[in-house]
Amino acid sequence: MSQIGQLKKMASQRGLNVDNELKKLEARLDELRAETFKSLSPMERVQIARHAQRPHSLDMIERIFADWIEMHGDRSFRDDPAVICGWARLDGESVMVIAQQKGRNTKENLKRNFAMMHPEGYRKALRMMKMAEKYKRPIITIIDTPGAYPGIGAEERGQAEAIARNLLEMSLIEVPILAAVIGEGGSGGALGLSVADRIIMMEYAIYSVISPEGCASILWKENTEETRNQAAAALKLTAPDLYELGVIDQVVDEPEGGAHNDWDVAARVLRQALTENLKELTKRSASDLLDARYEKYRKMGAWNGD
Amino acid sequence: MAWFRKEKKRLTKQKRELPPDVWAKCDSCGEIIYREKLADNFFTCPKCDHHFRIGPDDYAQLLLDDGLEEEFDADLRSVDPLNFVGPTRYADRYEKAIRKNGRKEAVVTGSGRIDDLNVKFGVMDFGFIGGSMGSVVGEKIARVAERALDEENPLIIVSASGGARMMEGVLSLMQMVKTSAALGRLHKSSVPYISLLTHPTTGGVTASFAMLGDVIIAEPGALIGFAGPRVIEQTIRQELPEGFQRSEFLLEHGMVDMVVPRPELKPTISKLLQHMVG
Ligand SMILES: [Zn+2]
Repeated sequence: MSQIGQLKKMASQRGLNVDNELKKLEARLDELRAETFKSLSPMERVQIARHAQRPHSLDMIERIFADWIEMHGDRSFRDDPAVICGWARLDGESVMVIAQQKGRNTKENLKRNFAMMHPEGYRKALRMMKMAEKYKRPIITIIDTPGAYPGIGAEERGQAEAIARNLLEMSLIEVPILAAVIGEGGSGGALGLSVADRIIMMEYAIYSVISPEGCASILWKENTEETRNQAAAALKLTAPDLYELGVIDQVVDEPEGGAHNDWDVAARVLRQALTENLKELTKRSASDLLDARYEKYRKMGAWNGD
Repeated sequence: MAWFRKEKKRLTKQKRELPPDVWAKCDSCGEIIYREKLADNFFTCPKCDHHFRIGPDDYAQLLLDDGLEEEFDADLRSVDPLNFVGPTRYADRYEKAIRKNGRKEAVVTGSGRIDDLNVKFGVMDFGFIGGSMGSVVGEKIARVAERALDEENPLIIVSASGGARMMEGVLSLMQMVKTSAALGRLHKSSVPYISLLTHPTTGGVTASFAMLGDVIIAEPGALIGFAGPRVIEQTIRQELPEGFQRSEFLLEHGMVDMVVPRPELKPTISKLLQHMVG
């Protein structure tokens, strides 16, 4: 790009007109670059989804919503900082935002626990969803987690029950639920916040039943670069894969090379997708929403026989 | 316990889940037990009460008056929706499991009676690809829950599972939502759902239908949890406390209603149902 720029400058300084040639070159360059990113391997996409400079939930929230006000706690045990919940405004309308929050450095990650929620996080999220239902406001969940936290306290306080309860309750919540996967959709930990009428996924986000590393160690019996690559490909965990499997409803474009290259553009495109989907969902009656939500999940999967 | 004597004879014929020798060795205390005696003892060790692993047929015989009287959706078969390329092909592993188990999936569903009360029944088979939940398991559980609601019959599900079926990828994850949503509809009615957790129940099954019972019963000593103990140890880099994630631990932490030894399971479930809908 910079070379083309230089050439342009030199040409104009000497009064030459090379615009047409240059336009062709530029177009070809864009094509090549697009091809490169389209041909990324699944594991390369996983790496973009986990990129250290990828915008996290709060980065998106501050660019997308107005009047954000966070609320805390599950009213039972503690506040789980791995998930943030609050009211916000999208195009003037109040929505409940529930988002998994990764940290940007060690200190933040200690606080946020790498966005790996404990049971009290799922219970906090459910409390907020019930509040949204009470005030008839739609819910937007933002998904970005390696998974639910596997620890002693998490098991003692019922990690499995907390996730299961959210799956059941979210299937019955009488307001629209829109989920956006912006980074890692890590298994049950992501699922516990993403039962939704619509699920949209950023282009380089992933969503998987298990991490490529975990899958490689279990099925291939060893976690090496080669087995991780194979596992990532076998699991069909990229946004286009999930769209093809009918699990998600829309793939949201990212800036060239990934959202980390331009947070503002990434947020603007995501905002547009959120707005459009929400506009569609808020038109529907509660009973239509619930029936459609049930039928959608009821049809998921593949089998032979009837 | 009249049903106990009635069942005895039938149980002695139902031994296909244990190796076909005359003697069995207790995994827990090493006691050598005459197989016939083991069946009479509800497949529990007479010396240490260890609960031997049993399969769907044995549970149906133990918990229902006359076993499974009708089986539902027995012909549903898994496909390989991702065309999963791993060290072994999913399709091969699946065919092997069918040959080994004589069944087409990791859950058996149907109807039967408990002390003459009609119930809908589901029981998982840990021997079938680790009792993992793929599309067929999810679909059969959702269907039996819907039947329970339609016919207003209590639902009993016996769980045993290592979690989601990895080879079906994110589609296996979605079965957690499918089953939980079906139970959500049941939950809004007054049709009871009793969940029985057996060794082991972990992962996506625990984090969906297994933990959603109106009443949750666990067999003694069963491993029950979200994450497997090995994953937890690797994450926190310390040894896990004695008894962690066992039934008794869950009872203490308020996660299950009761821990019930196998011989008491049927009378316990029956008593609960009598209170709820009798
Ligand atoms: Zn023993």
